[in-house]
Amino acid sequence: MDDQALLSVEGLKTYFFIDKDVYRAVDDVSFTIRPKRTLALVGESGSGKSVSASSILQIVPDPPGKIVAGTIRLEGENLLDKTENQMRKIRGKKISMIFQEPMTSLNPVFKIGKQIEEAILLHQDFVDASGKKLPKREVKKLARQQTIDMLAAVGIPNPAQRINDYPHQLSGGMRQRVMIAMALVCHPKLIIADEPTSALDVTVQAQIRKLLRKLQDEFDTAVLLITHDLGVVAENAHDVAVMYGGQIVEIAPVDEIFARPLHPYTQGLMLSIPRIDKDEQKLYVIEGTVPNPAYFPPGCRFALRCPKAQPRCHAAIPELVYLTGDHAVRCFIAQEKYWTVSESLVRESAVVEVVEEGLDGGSEAVEVLNEALDGGSEAVEVIEEVLDV
Amino acid sequence: MLRYAIKRVLQLIPILIGVSMLVFLIMQLTPGDPAKLILGPRASQETLEAYRRELGLHLPIWQQYLNWIGNVLRGNLGNSLHFKKPVTDLIMERLAATLILSIASMILATVFGVVTGVISATKQYSLADRTMMTLALIGFCLPVFWFGLLLQFVFSIRLGWFPASGINSPGVTGWQDMAWHLVLPSIALAVGAMATIARMTRSSMLEVIRQDYIRTARAKGVSWREISYNHALRNALIPVVTVVGSQFGYLLSGQILLEVVFNWPGLGQLMVNGIMYRDFPLVQGTVLVVAAMYVVVNLIVDLLYGFLDPRIKYEEN
Repeated sequence: MDDQALLSVEGLKTYFFIDKDVYRAVDDVSFTIRPKRTLALVGESGSGKSVSASSILQIVPDPPGKIVAGTIRLEGENLLDKTENQMRKIRGKKISMIFQEPMTSLNPVFKIGKQIEEAILLHQDFVDASGKKLPKREVKKLARQQTIDMLAAVGIPNPAQRINDYPHQLSGGMRQRVMIAMALVCHPKLIIADEPTSALDVTVQAQIRKLLRKLQDEFDTAVLLITHDLGVVAENAHDVAVMYGGQIVEIAPVDEIFARPLHPYTQGLMLSIPRIDKDEQKLYVIEGTVPNPAYFPPGCRFALRCPKAQPRCHAAIPELVYLTGDHAVRCFIAQEKYWTVSESLVRESAVVEVVEEGLDGGSEAVEVLNEALDGGSEAVEVIEEVLDV
Repeated sequence: MLRYAIKRVLQLIPILIGVSMLVFLIMQLTPGDPAKLILGPRASQETLEAYRRELGLHLPIWQQYLNWIGNVLRGNLGNSLHFKKPVTDLIMERLAATLILSIASMILATVFGVVTGVISATKQYSLADRTMMTLALIGFCLPVFWFGLLLQFVFSIRLGWFPASGINSPGVTGWQDMAWHLVLPSIALAVGAMATIARMTRSSMLEVIRQDYIRTARAKGVSWREISYNHALRNALIPVVTVVGSQFGYLLSGQILLEVVFNWPGLGQLMVNGIMYRDFPLVQGTVLVVAAMYVVVNLIVDLLYGFLDPRIKYEEN
């Protein structure tokens, strides 16, 4: 769909087979990430964000999880066709991942330096000028130096001493810096950051996000940012994909989605953000709860909670349709409304054309203009409706 | 670390004193008169009395104990009534044989137990896992002496692959011959501990494999094999090491019987002889040495924790 896509996911379905139930955690997900850009994947717990991310690296626990359909193309190559051994060479090298829980994501019995070095030794070939492999001791020394440099880059003071620390000797923020260092040390093209700051306290969150943005620029890395925090999205992402019930319900550039959310779920999310400039007694609440992924309703996944739902919403699942070049939505009502609006926009532009023509044509113009305005009560309505959106 | 080790070694002293009291009391409280047993039923009252005086049996119990423990501290465990030799000498003659058998069994049990546990855990619910865990359950239930007899019957008497008893063939020395003799008794002895260690390793590994840092290692591109034996096992070993320490106790108790079954010239056999002849200095001496072995192994286990998990520190608060 996108020629310059770094990663493009098409029709991804990851199901969990537990006892006799099938949990459709990720059910037809498509998105693309362009080089050096950040795509935010937002949604509430259980919407399928993290499973989508683990599916890209194929580290979904199997059993019970299985990728049952779709393609995941990294620079054109389908990762789902790769063997486990080939995937191992991609994990940590071309795509790496940062996890939510820095307290538990580092191995407690290994020194942090060793854990970062492991990634270097796995993925980098150390050769001399003539292409011959360097002796082991040299390699160790070079890897150690890279580790120290990387720790310095993520802002860990005294990295040459800190490499000998164990994870429990570091604070949560420091551990997440170590995780970032580990993820970036082989200069991956894409980093999947799964709620990288949710477990940290607020001031540290800001530091870590700033660091991630800085390093993203330095290393020319694309980021898939998984979060449920719309504030983080607004601050960090270029594009946003909203997930609900294992599906993407809306994708758009960040400014667009905050200015014109089209899906009722996205609109609900926007309304439920507390705002400092408004004196609200109560925040907007989306009624109901997320449906169980083993027993999704037959129609739109959001229909049961949707204030605008119509009978057809309960009957069939809407497709994710691109209304403009970069704004897609999975909602019958939003799509229809957009189409009537754009139809009238076409008419409106026709009116404007006529008016301009009329102005050019002098006396004749007044006549034409009157005519247009006569027939134009409808046009005005249309224009108003457009502005209302 | 060194301070902790020294402290723990010093703590062995009260433990061993407690053990010595227990051993001494048990021998005193069990019915039967050693003097009668040794001199025979037809000995006169005077001879018996004289013999009791010679052994110090006429003294109150606490005084007998103090005499004995005083000698023990000087390295003298008394004289065997039956063998008419110093108990210390008897023990030294046989300690090596016992250590060889128990250490060989412990290594066997630990290595095979851990490997089986890891394979079972990484292939949970597979045929291999179910088979190994069923075998482990059976192995866990086997009485040591019965299993020893079974091995003797099948592999020695029927198949003739291994010798049935002893530590060396008559007139032969050298470690190859001894290793040959070691095979059956060490397997018989190891099976129970192996089963327990395997089950413990499996459950500990299963818990560790679900941890976030295993997922991190996967996302880094580490192979499953490397994850299992390096990232996961190191974390899973702590409860396993504890079990290894306590299993050593069971192993030693099984060894007492097994040394008789396999005619293995170790402490166990000596202890059984001592019990049969009411040779109380011998029983007290051997039990004390076996108890010391158990306590020392568990000290080593405690010190191992620090190597396995850097979060465990041995400093005083």
